[in-house]
Amino acid sequence: MDVELLEIRQHMGRFPPFDAISDDLLDELAGSVEVAYFKAGSDILLLDQELHELCYIRSGAVEVYRRNGELYNRRGEGDIFGQFSLLRNHRVRYPVRAMEDTLIYFIPEAIFHRLCEEDELFADFVELLRPRLESAVEQQKKNNDMMITRVRKLVTRYPVMVEAATTVQEAARQVTDYGASAILVLDAPGDNPRYTFRDSEERAWQVCGILTDSDFRKRVVAEGLPPDTPVGEVIGDRPIAIQSDESVYEAMLIMLRNNIHHLPVMYRRHPVGIVHLSDIIRYETHSSLYLVNNIYSQPSAAGLARLAPDVSATFVRMVEDGADSRMIGSALSTIGRSFTRRLLELAEEELGPPPVAYCFMAMGSMARNEQSVVTDQDNALVLADDFDPERHDTYFLELAKRVSDGLDACGYPYCKGEIMATNPQWRQPLSVWKGYFRDWIRDPTPERLLHSSIFFDLDPVYGENVFVEQLQDLVAELAPKSPLFLAAMARNALNRTPPLGFFRTFVMEKDGKHNNSINLKRRGTAPLTDLIRIHALACGSRAQNSFSRLDDIDRTQLLAPGVSDKLRYALEFLSMSRIRHQVIDLQHERAPDNNIEPGNVADDERHNLKDAFQVLSNAQKFLKFRYPIPSTADRRRH
Amino acid sequence: MVNLRPARHRASADWPAYLADRAARRRHPLLADYFATGCPAPETPIAEVPMVAMDMETTGLDARRHAIVSIGLVPFNLSRIRLAERRYWVVRPPRPLSRESVTYHHITHSEVADAPDLEVVLPDLFEALAGRLVVVHYRHIERPFLDAAVQARLGEGVRFPVIDTMSLEARIHRQSLWARFRRWMGRPPVSIRLQNSRARYGLPAYQGHHALTDALATAELLQAQIAARYAPETPVGQLWS
Repeated sequence: MDVELLEIRQHMGRFPPFDAISDDLLDELAGSVEVAYFKAGSDILLLDQELHELCYIRSGAVEVYRRNGELYNRRGEGDIFGQFSLLRNHRVRYPVRAMEDTLIYFIPEAIFHRLCEEDELFADFVELLRPRLESAVEQQKKNNDMMITRVRKLVTRYPVMVEAATTVQEAARQVTDYGASAILVLDAPGDNPRYTFRDSEERAWQVCGILTDSDFRKRVVAEGLPPDTPVGEVIGDRPIAIQSDESVYEAMLIMLRNNIHHLPVMYRRHPVGIVHLSDIIRYETHSSLYLVNNIYSQPSAAGLARLAPDVSATFVRMVEDGADSRMIGSALSTIGRSFTRRLLELAEEELGPPPVAYCFMAMGSMARNEQSVVTDQDNALVLADDFDPERHDTYFLELAKRVSDGLDACGYPYCKGEIMATNPQWRQPLSVWKGYFRDWIRDPTPERLLHSSIFFDLDPVYGENVFVEQLQDLVAELAPKSPLFLAAMARNALNRTPPLGFFRTFVMEKDGKHNNSINLKRRGTAPLTDLIRIHALACGSRAQNSFSRLDDIDRTQLLAPGVSDKLRYALEFLSMSRIRHQVIDLQHERAPDNNIEPGNVADDERHNLKDAFQVLSNAQKFLKFRYPIPSTADRRRH
Repeated sequence: MVNLRPARHRASADWPAYLADRAARRRHPLLADYFATGCPAPETPIAEVPMVAMDMETTGLDARRHAIVSIGLVPFNLSRIRLAERRYWVVRPPRPLSRESVTYHHITHSEVADAPDLEVVLPDLFEALAGRLVVVHYRHIERPFLDAAVQARLGEGVRFPVIDTMSLEARIHRQSLWARFRRWMGRPPVSIRLQNSRARYGLPAYQGHHALTDALATAELLQAQIAARYAPETPVGQLWS
């Protein structure tokens, strides 16, 4: 690699779609760009101008306009534009103007087409029909595969390196200080150009060996060598290394073949990290089963509470293992349900068998199997119709209290809206519950439904499941026939909107206000879940999970072709983004929340977030149009 | 007397005449070809002028005592910087590298030991410069060093007009009324170094001290300066020195 192009190469290599292309193509790309500066306010592309280059924003920001002069989009550092013109008639359809002082890299058409031909992911990315968000989500799925995942993904930090003249004692001290388990040994360039590189100060080095924890034992201590022996004298033959764009699978094979546990990872001739066998094993295992097993074997509520830290550990592990939001949501809901069931079992052991049959019901994210690590409890009790409050309610109140307190102790705080079985309103016989639902659906106003929409995600957790299933049936039967109900729900679903713009350091709100933090649940996943729920209710779906609901919606003509896929990708992306930020919080030993700060969002993630917010915004517009408040004449008919 | 050594501060309108004069009096064919391509008339709008950004790494700051180590060139005009046509040479200085310059430029002794003498790259260098107006950041390095080096090898020196992005920056920040007012107030002068100048136009920070990166950075800076402070129609004679 020409060192002089590193500036350009490194910048482009951080942004999609260039982050995924091979090193060789990236080098070629960097060497062929043309550069131009545009002052804020100046035109970059004029309408109908001929265009034979893809444009890449190196710094600054631009505004993209529609033919009619309306603002279409804003793009910032690392974004591309002009690809549609290149794929079509080479005429600019969306004129572009510099919003800030902007530096553009122009990528020649020939290179652009070669990238499309030689790199499928790149083609997917720029193609009109496979928008960015979609390819990002599919990329995440593919990442889960050892054969495809590049070993550089397992590299989390720079290797510890010492010169050959360093004493073994000093080397051991450095390994310890860095919490590493191996160290690379460097020497002056010699017989092995493949391992010769320049450090950040342009000094040339050759990697001449690796010294691992066990080498310190076998080659130093067991041999009785003094602590001042130079490391160069104890290292073995030439180190075996792997190139950073090889697969994880290949890394595993090399380790097995050579019987080594540490494998230096090189970018070209430059060492970038050391992968340990355990990194690969960890990469391949995902399991939340241990925790669930553990929950059912706890003899007391106190024992359950002690498992709370394991929930976040399981969560972090799953995310690191590349699980998607559906797997994570389902695993966390299973864990939450297991806590609830075990608490009920323990309560029944102490309080005796229930006087009448009951079903413990979950609402909200647990019902949808979309729980996260930041969640409060939403639950209720559906009792058999022979329930007599005078004689039986003492038992069920106590039962509800034990579950609620127990869940709180396990990290599921009390519901602020009092949607818990401890609230007498939500501890009622089946017939009363049926009355609640009929009432909400037949006589709806947005105000009345504001706090009850959570009941339209409902699922049995323990007991007589059939009670809750009957409620699900009732909703599925009544809701599609009540346009007024759907309209009221739709109105409420529009209360929470995505931000208008999402920039490097702030989000822009409708009124032009800048915020430097955004609640990704309130502004993203929740409104998206809300609107999916309404479509699902409209088509009589009994599904509770948002993805399953979309499957049901697909069987109808409710949404235009392709729309439900966009919603899936947007939900997956917003959920994963929220999940990843929670992982970051947990790794920094902070309480996880639903907020993200744009300043902490990686550039590629910001691009996808923008797309997801756009999908949400469009879907909200459609919702408003699809479920209008019926005229008074219509109302009378119902 | 033959006017081989022009005055240090030659009036800008003289440049075409000077180059034509040199072409006519050439002794070395290499220089003749170079001077024959001439330079644009001073009234030519900057937008029509082909340019080349040049940066050198040298072993020191004094053209009489120090030598060139590397040269980077990036051809460009007001609308595009053509990175694909970039040129870069490492050359062996006649005087050994001092320890300080090694640490400064990150060009190693072994790299330099294998490099050719400047004379070998001169034909390529002049070909790349021909017909293009040279743009540098701080003209008191590139021009005198090249002059001295060519003088030593071909027996005659070389001088040519340059646009100096640092002096353009100085015009704005050191010589303006505002700058004088700041000085009067006792404020430190605004930095006109490459990186600081770039930052004022929203240009990204680059790792310095590589001749090609710095040449690219200089080309970008000139585009920004023209966009912000001048116009595509500005006569080149107002910008060169």
